[in-house]
Order: sequence, then C-alpha cells, then structure tokens
Amino acid sequence: MNLFLQLLITGIVIGSIYALLALGFTLIYKATDVVNFAQGELLLVGAYICLHTTVSYNVPFLASFALTLVFTFLMGFFIEKIFLRRMIGEPVISIIMLTIGLSSVMRALVIIVWGTDTRTFPEVFSQVPVVVFGLSISRVYLYSIFAVAIFLGLFSLFFKKSKIGVAMRAVACDQQAALSMGIDVKRIFALSWAIAAVVSAVGGIFLGNINGINTSLSHFGLKVFPVVILGGLDSIVGAIVGGLLIGILENLAGGYLDPLVGGGAKELFPFVIMVLVLMIKPYGLFGTVKVEKV
Amino acid sequence: MLRINNIEVVYNDVILVIKGLSLHVQGGQIVALLGSNGAGKSTTLKAVSGLLRPDNGEITDGDITFMGERIDRKDAADIVKSGLFQVMEGRRVFKDLTVEENLIAGGFTRKSSCHGANLERVYHYFPRLKERRRQISGYMSGGEQQMLAIGRALMANPKMVLMDEPSLGLSPLLVKEIFHIIRMLNEEEKTTILLVEQNANMALSACHYGYIMENGRVVLDGPGKQLKENDDVREFYLGMAGHKSFREVKHYRRRKRWLS
Ligand SMILES: Nc1ncnc2c1ncn2[C@@H]1O[C@H](COP(=O)(O)OP(=O)(O)OP(=O)(O)O)[C@@H](O)[C@H]1O
Ligand SMILES: [Mg+2]
Repeated sequence: MNLFLQLLITGIVIGSIYALLALGFTLIYKATDVVNFAQGELLLVGAYICLHTTVSYNVPFLASFALTLVFTFLMGFFIEKIFLRRMIGEPVISIIMLTIGLSSVMRALVIIVWGTDTRTFPEVFSQVPVVVFGLSISRVYLYSIFAVAIFLGLFSLFFKKSKIGVAMRAVACDQQAALSMGIDVKRIFALSWAIAAVVSAVGGIFLGNINGINTSLSHFGLKVFPVVILGGLDSIVGAIVGGLLIGILENLAGGYLDPLVGGGAKELFPFVIMVLVLMIKPYGLFGTVKVEKV
Repeated sequence: MLRINNIEVVYNDVILVIKGLSLHVQGGQIVALLGSNGAGKSTTLKAVSGLLRPDNGEITDGDITFMGERIDRKDAADIVKSGLFQVMEGRRVFKDLTVEENLIAGGFTRKSSCHGANLERVYHYFPRLKERRRQISGYMSGGEQQMLAIGRALMANPKMVLMDEPSLGLSPLLVKEIFHIIRMLNEEEKTTILLVEQNANMALSACHYGYIMENGRVVLDGPGKQLKENDDVREFYLGMAGHKSFREVKHYRRRKRWLS
C-alpha cells in the first residue's frame, strides 16, 4: 500500500509536469498548426538557464526562476519570429523537419555550454520530507505540484478572461476570421511559442530540482505525444487529465512491472497506451482537428 | 469614403479573378454589390480589408483608398484600426468560444475599457445574443450566428462595414430581420455599408446605390431603385423573366453586351 501511494504521488508530480508540456505543445499546434518536436529541448534549456543563474551567479532561486521565465519567453518568441515565421504555408513535413532540426541544435548548444554531466541544483527546497499519514513526501514534490497548479490556473484564467488569451483561442479556431477583426495573427503565433517555452521551462526547473539535470531531460518532450493523444488537443483540462493519467500509469508500471520484466516497462507504457488509443480512435491527434476545421 | 480604382486581383500568381474593377462608396450610404456565383464579390471585399494573403491572393494593379488614405498595402489589423470591418461570408464565428468571447474578439482593436459599453450596444440590437452570452457559439442556429457575426463588427466601432452575404442560408423571416438590422446600423449608428448579396431584391431595396459585377468587372451601376427597374437586372437577378424565356437568344446577347 505504501509503495502504491509513493508511486501515485511521484506519478502526480511527473504527470503535472507532463500537463505543462502538453499545454505548451497544444498551444503551438492549435494556434499555428506546427507539430513541435523541440518541446523537450525548450524544457532542457529552461532548466539549464535557471541552474546556471542560481549556481554561477548566486542569484536566489526565486529570482533566477523569474529570470528564466523572462528569458525563455523571449527565446520562444524569437524562435517563432526567426525560424517558423518564414515556414508559414510550407508543407507540414518541412515544418516538422525544422522543429526536429531546432531540437538538435538546442541540445547541441546545451552540451557545448554545459557539458553532459548531470548537474544538481543547490539545496533549494529543504530535504526534510513532510510526513502525511505516515507517508513521507519530499518537499520538492509538494512545491512542484503546487507551482504547476498555480501556473495551470493562471493560464486558464488568461485564456478565459484576457483579451489576448481570447484572441489566441480565436486564432486557433479560425485564422482568417481572426485576422478580419484586426487580431495580429503573427504576434499570436510568436506569443504561443513564448508561452510554450515558459511552461516547458517551469517543468524543466522542477524536474531539475527533483532529479538533477542532464541532456536526457529532453526525452520528456516525447512523452507529450501520448499525453495529448490521450487527453485531446482541445483544452487545458484535457492536458491536465492526460498528463496526470500518463504520469501515474507509467510510475505504477515502473513500480510493479519493472521488477518482473527487468526494466523498461515504465518507458514503454505511455507509448503502449498511445498506440492503443490510436487503434481505437484512428484519427487520434491530427484527425479530430482536421474534421473540426472543415 | 471608400474608393476602389481599377484593381486587379490574382490568386496563386496566375488566376486573374478581378480584372480592373472600380467602385465608390459614399459615406453614410448602403451600397450593394451584386453578381452571380464566382463573379468575384468576396474577392473584392477581401482585397479591401487586406484578407487576400491567407488565400494566396494579391492585388497586382490599381489602388484602394479609405477616407483619403491608401489601404491596399496595409495589414488587415491596420485596416480594422482605421475603421473598416469585414463580416465574412459564411459567418465564421469562433465555434469553440462563447458568444461573449466572440464579441470580445471582435473588439480586439479597441481598448478593453470600451468593451462594457460596446457589449451593451450589441445586446441592445440583439437581445437574443444576451440570453446566450455564455453559450458556445458553435451550437447556435445559423441566424443567431449571423447576428453574432454582425455583433462582432459592432464591437470594433467601425466607420464602415463590408458584409458578405449576410442573408445566406437564412429563412425569409430571418432575412427580413437581418436587413432590418443592416438599415438600423446605417441609420442609427451612421455606419457606411458595402453589402454583397445574392438576394438582389432585398439588397436593391435597402441600398442607396448598387453595382453589378460579372467576371471580375463592374458591368452596371446606378441608384438602387433605378437598378431594380432595369430590364437586365430584372431578368438575371430578380428572376423576373417576364414574357421572355431563358432560352431566348436575347438573354445571351444581353449578357454578351455586359461582358464586352
Ligand atoms: N483561394 C482561391 N484560390 C484560387 N481561386 C479562387 C480562390 N478564391 C476564389 N477563387 C476564384 O475566384 C473567383 C471569384 O470568387 P469569389 O469567391 O470572389 O466569388 P463570389 O462572387 O464571392 O461568389 P459567391 O457568390 O459564390 O460567393 C472564382 O472563380 C473562384 O473560383
Ligand atoms: Mg462570395
């Protein structure tokens, strides 16, 4: 029972970070029709920037957290402006290639600057676990869940209540109609990338605080696919549900199946789910959206 | 107020759709633009409001001025800001958004502080939208969606509205209601309107002036009443063939004359 609860909590922590990543991914996909294969690298860069400012410049964690958000916002904004803007209207496959290229470049840059060793944050959150009902939970887990919840809440408010947020959803629905009411569609594209980079960085920073940082962190980007296929591309709620489900299931699989099969089940499980979902609902990720658009 | 001077529009770099079209809309008026399917009416409106680019279209010749300023090279957003708003063909409501969110999107170019008053104005003209303000707009009826599309335009406080077939697919009663609203916008809000319509009868009754286009050109223009009396218009657009049958040679010859 204790093992189950521990796995569940880890699953929720990791799953909430998946939800953030999925939010960024769907934001870009719905607004700009770009399938972003560099989501994991956005996370990676964000994590390293925060680590770097904290460790090398001795900036207090909260300040370097804020700085990282500003930096990644600008980074996402300019990635769209410089690289993706000129690809508008080009074949889907070329754009996918471009994002794969971007992901390789970003990973390479990270390796050049910071190397491949695993690095750890200085002790930001107290190591003393919190004990709830006899179950000890590490503090960074709680902070992570808390921070992710705040971010997701802020973003739902932003999309529901702010003029720009509503405009972003309008662009996702019908670009030309949005253009006809004076919505600056290009700026919305850039903004989608900026926000996607910010949410990924938040995920990366907390993952870094939990496990340390190395380039393999970018593999988290691939988990976005099972998440969005399970949760759907339509809403923040979908991203949260999909993210949590995948996070919890893969951790349970890791805890219970890995000892039996000798490892690998945890990595495999999300993608087994993805394949099953696609078999049952063959339109999967891309189909529903295309149907919607007609 | 709006002047289109001899424009040419090309799609995909090769398909010439508008072939030297000129048109003038006087401030305060309702001007109708009629023509058969594929004549290039929607293309003309999109050329005015800077919406050709997503369709891969381009103005290759001529110019367009709005209130004395060239707008044919401007961005769609700048054109809306200068007071020209297009209600696109097929309503194009944002289906996943609620009614009120659609309206907020319509007022994108206005300060958020104006939204309250503008929303009230829209709800004054369309009480039905007020009842459904929290409803997802994709589930509304065609008539309600058309009202929403017009309401979105109101949110931008435009000086001039371009309307592309607002009566498309609506029941006769709703068509009447929509035209009533168009007249009110013109009279009460002093909004100038360029109206594209298939319903020539209603459009010619409502407008001060009308243009008829064929194949990318204006072939006939005049005050609404006068056009309504015109034999050719009666025959081709008002479906009043009189004693002539459609198979008659004369029909063909008239058409020819317009084209030359
Ligand atoms: N995106 C496009 N690419 C290529 N050709 C186009 C495009 N849009 C329209 N056309 C062509 O331009 C011509 C004029 O089209 P347009 O939509 O302006 O006509 P319309 O007068 O609005 O017709 P309708 O009454 O059916 O709405 C048509 O022959 C059409 O096939
Ligand atoms: Mg049309």
